[in-house]
Amino acid sequence: MNWYLQRTLQMLLTVYVVITLTFVLTRMLPGSAIGVLRSRLEEETDMSPAEVEAAIQQFINIHPDDPIHIAYRDYMLATLQGDLGQSIWYGRSVNEIVAEAIPWTLFIVSWSLFIGFFVGIILGSLMAYYEGGKIDVGLTTYGMVAGSIPYYIFAVFLLIFLSYRTGIFPTSGRVGNVEHGFNLEFMGSVIYHAALPTISMILAGSIASLSMRGNSIRVLGSDYLRVARLRGLSNNTIISQYVLRNAVLPMYTSFMIKIGQMFGGVIILEMIFGYHGMGWFMVESVDTRDYPLMMGCFMVITIAVVIALFIADLTYPKIDPRVTTENEEL
Amino acid sequence: MTSRDSHETNGEPSTDRPTVADGSGAPANPLDVLESEGDVDTSLGTSDKIKKYLRIYIYEPWLVMRRDWRALVGLTIISSYIIVGILGWLFLEPTRMGHGPNQLPWFRSLAHPLGTNLYGVDLMRETIHAIPMILKMMFAGGMFTIVMGTVVGTVAGYKGGTVDKVLSTITDVFINLPGLPLVIVLAVVFTPESAYALGILLTIEYWAGLARAIRSQVLQIRYDEYTEASRTIGLPTGTILLKDVLPHLAPYITIRFVSAMRTVLFSAVGLYFIGVLPEGDTNWGIMLSNAYNNGAMYRPQLLHWILIPSIAIVVLSIGMILLSQSLDRVFNPRVREKHKSDGEESLEEEDEVGGKGKGMTLG
Repeated sequence: MNWYLQRTLQMLLTVYVVITLTFVLTRMLPGSAIGVLRSRLEEETDMSPAEVEAAIQQFINIHPDDPIHIAYRDYMLATLQGDLGQSIWYGRSVNEIVAEAIPWTLFIVSWSLFIGFFVGIILGSLMAYYEGGKIDVGLTTYGMVAGSIPYYIFAVFLLIFLSYRTGIFPTSGRVGNVEHGFNLEFMGSVIYHAALPTISMILAGSIASLSMRGNSIRVLGSDYLRVARLRGLSNNTIISQYVLRNAVLPMYTSFMIKIGQMFGGVIILEMIFGYHGMGWFMVESVDTRDYPLMMGCFMVITIAVVIALFIADLTYPKIDPRVTTENEEL
Repeated sequence: MTSRDSHETNGEPSTDRPTVADGSGAPANPLDVLESEGDVDTSLGTSDKIKKYLRIYIYEPWLVMRRDWRALVGLTIISSYIIVGILGWLFLEPTRMGHGPNQLPWFRSLAHPLGTNLYGVDLMRETIHAIPMILKMMFAGGMFTIVMGTVVGTVAGYKGGTVDKVLSTITDVFINLPGLPLVIVLAVVFTPESAYALGILLTIEYWAGLARAIRSQVLQIRYDEYTEASRTIGLPTGTILLKDVLPHLAPYITIRFVSAMRTVLFSAVGLYFIGVLPEGDTNWGIMLSNAYNNGAMYRPQLLHWILIPSIAIVVLSIGMILLSQSLDRVFNPRVREKHKSDGEESLEEEDEVGGKGKGMTLG
């Protein structure tokens, strides 16, 4: 089967599984969850029981008393039409909250990924080229120590020393008290507030540069590099054409693995930095028992990762043409 | 050429055993010895067999490891956590609010060497009493990962056909799912209390990477000469998997075991920190969470409240990284030769396993 078609089907299947899983989990929510919702509606509004049931269905897209196949069909239809239900806590539709929050999360994650990727490539190449030198030893040690420190610990200490103690960066929030829009002040404020979360992610991502280094060293040791030297190619050509090219491949695969980790990690970081993105809303909704919002955030974050991985996979053969053919053999 | 019969003969087969299943002269890793020896001596009694296993799995790796400082430091760190955890659990009274003076900094008093928090809880005791729970959780997560990963990966790679298709599809779905959001939702729905259940929950999608890597390894080993030799002789699939295929995967499995434990440690503490896991006994994540929520971020005199659990996590994690690096050397003679003084090989190796799997499954 065509590789692209196969990969697309796999992506669609995963999305389908995620939605179904959300449905199953919503049905399995501790009985108290729907009970909490019901009692809150009954106490705070003067609805009739029938109206309460209808309202519940609107909140979670699942009518608690429907037989499972009908409930499932309704849920799938609603979800595929882009209706994620109604937030209990905020009294707004989940779609609205998600649409408002997700750009901020994507902002942090994408910057962390790209900066981390390029810093990793540059550091790794430097380390490989000066193997055994001071730069190499220093960065290697740093990498090992940094690899042992979870990103949220980085975040906490950056927050203590760069925000609370010295006031260089803001302690929380997404943007300062400026007018929203495409003006310089707003953009500056956005970057300023996103700086610490992004830095914590990049610092903890240093492992990538080490994996890069190991792979570069392997390339440096191989015969064809020796031939390149014998041919009298300049160092720059060797680094850019020989070392970098080969080392980017494994970087790209680890980059793909990182996408999932980063979307997970950003949840914890957003809580620590009080950054109101998807992760923050998701965790807050756990605290406030706002299950529709929680499930909506879960579904959107997960599907975002699935699609990001899909795109990364589709671009991979452009970098490594062996992939598509290799797969046919297996 | 594929014998797709699935006799699950896990016990010692009574059939004539081939003298040699390993066609390669020098054993590629210590575990290969197991194959050749196991195949030669069929008359061993149980106690002899146990001795043999001890020698091959414990003593011989130990010979390699004791020359490696990473192994020594790593093992020392991990065993100190285990010992301190057990001793603390046996002999150290748990702490409570008002146990000591409030906000005592560390290293000021013999009664409370690591100081107390805002409410007079002794931080040393709190940290130590968290160890058993953390270790149980890590162990459960590690075991779940390697059992699921090995079983799914080996069966998929070896049986091929429809079984492979189904298992690979499941694996691919799990690989594409980000771990933490799923864990959070599952934790809310199931509210697992026991440490073991939490460990498994935290690795609910982590095994998939191992399964994929193992599948592609099995696909390669499957067509190696000695495996084919065993198949030609007519050994049942189960025996071939156990004797020929699994020993070659032991390095991957062991290293993944350690890295799964590290993942559990990191995610568990992180999720406790943000307060989405059901609160039971105290642990480092809850300590961090309390510190964060009670002003340790901006009060310098409470900084040790954050530092102590952080150090506990980081040191344990360093111990495990060192151990997994040295394990890599134990199992991988190529690494030992090539990079005797290199520190990062196992990290690279680990990434490579994942990376390779990633590249292969794109289909």
